[in-house]
Amino acid sequence: MQTGNEPLLSVTDLTVSFDGFRAVNDLSFSVREGELRVIIGPNGAGKTTVLDLICGRTRATSGSIRFKGTELTRLKEHEIVRAGVGRKFQNPSIYEDLTVFENLEISYPKGRGIMGSLIFRRDTAVVERVNEVARTIFLDDQLDRRAEDLSHGQKQWLELGMLLIQDPALLMLDEPVAGMTVSERVKTAALLKDIIRTRSVIVIEHDMGFVEEIAHQVTVLHQGRILSEGSMEHVKNDPRVIEVYLGH
Amino acid sequence: MKSLLRDRKTALFVLVLVAILAVILPLVLEPFRLNLVGKYLTYAFVALGLVLCWGDAGILSLGQGIFFGLGGYCMAMFLKLQASTPEATKIQSTPGIPDFMDWNQITTLPWFWQPFHSLAFSIVAVAAVPMLLALIIGLSMFKRRVGGTYFAIITQAIASILTILIIGQQGYTGGVNGITDLRTLNGWDIRTDHAKLILYFVTIALLLVCLGGAHFIRCSKLGRILVAMREREDRVRFSGYDVASFKTFVFCFAAAMAGIGGAMFTLQVGFMSPSFVGIVPSIEMVIYCAVGGRTSLLGVIYGTLLVNWARTSFSETMPQVWMFAMGALFVFIVVVLPGGLASLYRTYLDPYISRLLGSSSKAPVHAGREADHANG
Repeated sequence: MQTGNEPLLSVTDLTVSFDGFRAVNDLSFSVREGELRVIIGPNGAGKTTVLDLICGRTRATSGSIRFKGTELTRLKEHEIVRAGVGRKFQNPSIYEDLTVFENLEISYPKGRGIMGSLIFRRDTAVVERVNEVARTIFLDDQLDRRAEDLSHGQKQWLELGMLLIQDPALLMLDEPVAGMTVSERVKTAALLKDIIRTRSVIVIEHDMGFVEEIAHQVTVLHQGRILSEGSMEHVKNDPRVIEVYLGH
Repeated sequence: MKSLLRDRKTALFVLVLVAILAVILPLVLEPFRLNLVGKYLTYAFVALGLVLCWGDAGILSLGQGIFFGLGGYCMAMFLKLQASTPEATKIQSTPGIPDFMDWNQITTLPWFWQPFHSLAFSIVAVAAVPMLLALIIGLSMFKRRVGGTYFAIITQAIASILTILIIGQQGYTGGVNGITDLRTLNGWDIRTDHAKLILYFVTIALLLVCLGGAHFIRCSKLGRILVAMREREDRVRFSGYDVASFKTFVFCFAAAMAGIGGAMFTLQVGFMSPSFVGIVPSIEMVIYCAVGGRTSLLGVIYGTLLVNWARTSFSETMPQVWMFAMGALFVFIVVVLPGGLASLYRTYLDPYISRLLGSSSKAPVHAGREADHANG
């Protein structure tokens, strides 16, 4: 267990440069337990790159990312996942050829080694957990369907469910409501509020209505740096934010 | 209910295969032809591995001949040492070593030949040597995230290198002629018709064991992870799996099966040469797999038999046409029938057979594994 003061995730002086271009520049921020942090910013601000750095998809040039006292910059992707960081991609990233059930089952955090996956059996604990998550993501009546046949919104939910079944302490979502209908969006907002009760979440989002609905803390990125940080109210009235992002 | 039907169908299909291979063919074919079928079947071991590697996991290897050849050479080395007793080779300047070594002025048996005096060692080596090389290739490629076309090209290059190495090191490997004039397995003459019949049945038995192993893997969660890797490698990685080790595992498994096939080839044909190691045979093995249907274990066995039978028939009548026919066949399969013969079966025969087996529901494919097969 950690002390109340130490944040779940702390990013310090994080920098990554691609051929001299600093996509993320001396970035520092932290996420507490149970916090929902939204990152906004204009295109090319480095939002997705920040998530890529945390989950190990991109290697940092310098700086540190500490999660529950572990340095993530040295770990491989699957080790970061096992440490408790889940990542949802911008476009629904699911296994189209498998059923909804199998999609969730593969994400179930047991039998992740070669031998483990060979002897893995679909016992009642697995089935119950899959059903439970399927209910949360509104897909409990779709378990036998092939993932390919789901609607776009349902695919987004399925990927969310694939993360939830791993029960990560930190969940990172890249534009979770992109391409959703209004009713799907409302359901997703409710879902996120439900999820957040037991974990921390970082969300990248463009949809300002959605951001206002869910955010605790908002971080505005611009050219790889933090432009403004604080409550939605504070950020909305920050003249620099209005100039580079909200204004147009 | 559906899974029960599926199990019954699987059992039925395996029975049909066994009936064809173990009963019908031995009854209708003369020994020479049956031996040819036995030879074709050794390629089916490679095709089974390609189903897991290529069909499921999406790893196209154009170098499976490497592993087939290594398995074959391991067996050939044992048989050659058996045939090179000092009495049998007393006209050589150094009796007791394989004849080609003597021709190349080598006077002592090289160290890596020594363990092949032992049958037990040789049998283990048939699977272990290909696996070891696959492990090295797999770790060095997959850990660095080399995949797709690049991996295919590298496997092809390795196949080419190995061929050149075998041909160049004539004194140690028999060179371009390969290891020939193999006679006995622990004193048992493998050249008689009777021995060939027994070896044919041993091949079938081993093929069934490999079929069972591959089927077990595909039915386990590991099998679903392989398909998931083909679809969304990143998602698998970000679900906490070490993608590289899964790829390496399936590549090694395929290599071991190819090695067993190669050893049975050597036993039935009586020699092993670099012409079964290089690029051309490796690509032909991929074609067998494509024709049969790269996501169907039983399909690739039939595909292998069919293409090889066609090859023999063509080569006997119009040898110059064969290469063109083979090329045309591959283009045809890729363009018209990407799922191979197995997809023909799934479209036309499977609904009928499902009805026959007493299922009233019209949905023959259970979503998931089989649907995945149908769409592979």
